[in-house]
Amino acid sequence: MLKVESIKKGIVIDHISAGLGYRIFTELKLDQVDYTTALIRNVPSKKLGKKDLIKIDNVVDLDLDMLGLLDPNITIVIIESEHVHEKIKLSLPKKVHGILKCKNPRCISTVEKIEDIAFYLVNPDTHEYRCEYCDTPYYANKS
Amino acid sequence: MIKGKHLIEPTDLTLEELELLFDLALAIESKPKDYLSELNGYLLASLFYEPSTRTRFSFEAAMLRLGGQVIGFSEPNSSSVSKGESVADTIRTVACYADIAVMRHPKEGAPKLASKHSPIPIINAGDGGHQHPTQTLTDLLTIRSLKGTINQNVVGFCGDLKFGRTVHSLVKAMARYDNMTFVFVSPPELAMPAHIKDSLGSHNIIEVNNLEDVIDQIDILYMTRIQRERFFNEEEYLRLKSYFVLTKDKLSTAKDDMIVMHPLPRVDEIHPNVDEDPRAVYFQQAQYGMYVRMALILKLLKGDAHA
Repeated sequence: MLKVESIKKGIVIDHISAGLGYRIFTELKLDQVDYTTALIRNVPSKKLGKKDLIKIDNVVDLDLDMLGLLDPNITIVIIESEHVHEKIKLSLPKKVHGILKCKNPRCISTVEKIEDIAFYLVNPDTHEYRCEYCDTPYYANKS
Repeated sequence: MIKGKHLIEPTDLTLEELELLFDLALAIESKPKDYLSELNGYLLASLFYEPSTRTRFSFEAAMLRLGGQVIGFSEPNSSSVSKGESVADTIRTVACYADIAVMRHPKEGAPKLASKHSPIPIINAGDGGHQHPTQTLTDLLTIRSLKGTINQNVVGFCGDLKFGRTVHSLVKAMARYDNMTFVFVSPPELAMPAHIKDSLGSHNIIEVNNLEDVIDQIDILYMTRIQRERFFNEEEYLRLKSYFVLTKDKLSTAKDDMIVMHPLPRVDEIHPNVDEDPRAVYFQQAQYGMYVRMALILKLLKGDAHA
């Protein structure tokens, strides 16, 4: 397996579904930072078969709702002094605020350009969310 | 406590709150003169961003019959909306003058947006193809009054079940009651969407293409209009339209105590020869619409502190 140096103090985003790593990397704007990061794709995984992995050699704030929406299987591993300090298992957030935009042209949010729209999880099996204003569905796993 | 709430969708009210509301509506129906001055000094803002004669008259009549007064507009060109004012700003301004506001808007979610910025109760009077909760309250009150209970009825919905906002709202609202049987009668092209059926849990669902096959089992028959604009070709529209017309003949096998409802306006889907049948209650239903709006306005403004 490809060898990437271990992190002293930072974050590992683990168990990313294979193929989603690049999107998460860019959503977090890690392609624009000047500290050390690594995106490793198609890592063999007992649990997933294959997975993607992101290492961040820095302490950063992560939007866990946004990450959970993109991939609820993710595990966030906080590293301190080269050791695992904490593991956070993500899940689909029950409500997301200001992350999604409604695609329904008849929705008031598209006319009045509302930024902080809430979407509510209505079906965890299908990853279905609904716009708080017009109930238009958004499928987090199909976007 | 219903006082001060907004009504944006039917499920904003609990079943208990609905029961109290219906009790009040029926009390008003039996002695309307007792309520003539309940809302003296109160002002309702009637904000209709698109034309709607029936709903607007119903709300305005409701407020006036309670002794209150009405301000507002019936199309946006006669208001500051035509200058580009946002819904949020409009409602913040209106709330400086009025005690309660009714809003109809072509955009879905506009009343919900208004409610976020409003210190006064907002009633959604229809937001595009999305929600029309006072129609649902009207329908529930009609059933409660004429059938005695909403629970345990066999309810037939006939016509355009795919696009009908009224039908979707009513079905979802009725799913909160016990032991309902829903009978969906429509052409396959206009069948009830899967997500509505999925929301019905353990209630019984029957789907057929022909009203005559099931009409003898139905306690409440809810007719809807099949709209020409839903069809690509005129021939198909004409074929289906006639297929789902209720006539006196079709009623011959229906129960004697069945009721026929329709949100109105009716076009061709109920033949005028049905109007004289005692089971046809759609005009009575329109009157219940006014009583339930009277009860709603009164409850939102005064809670239980009314006559």
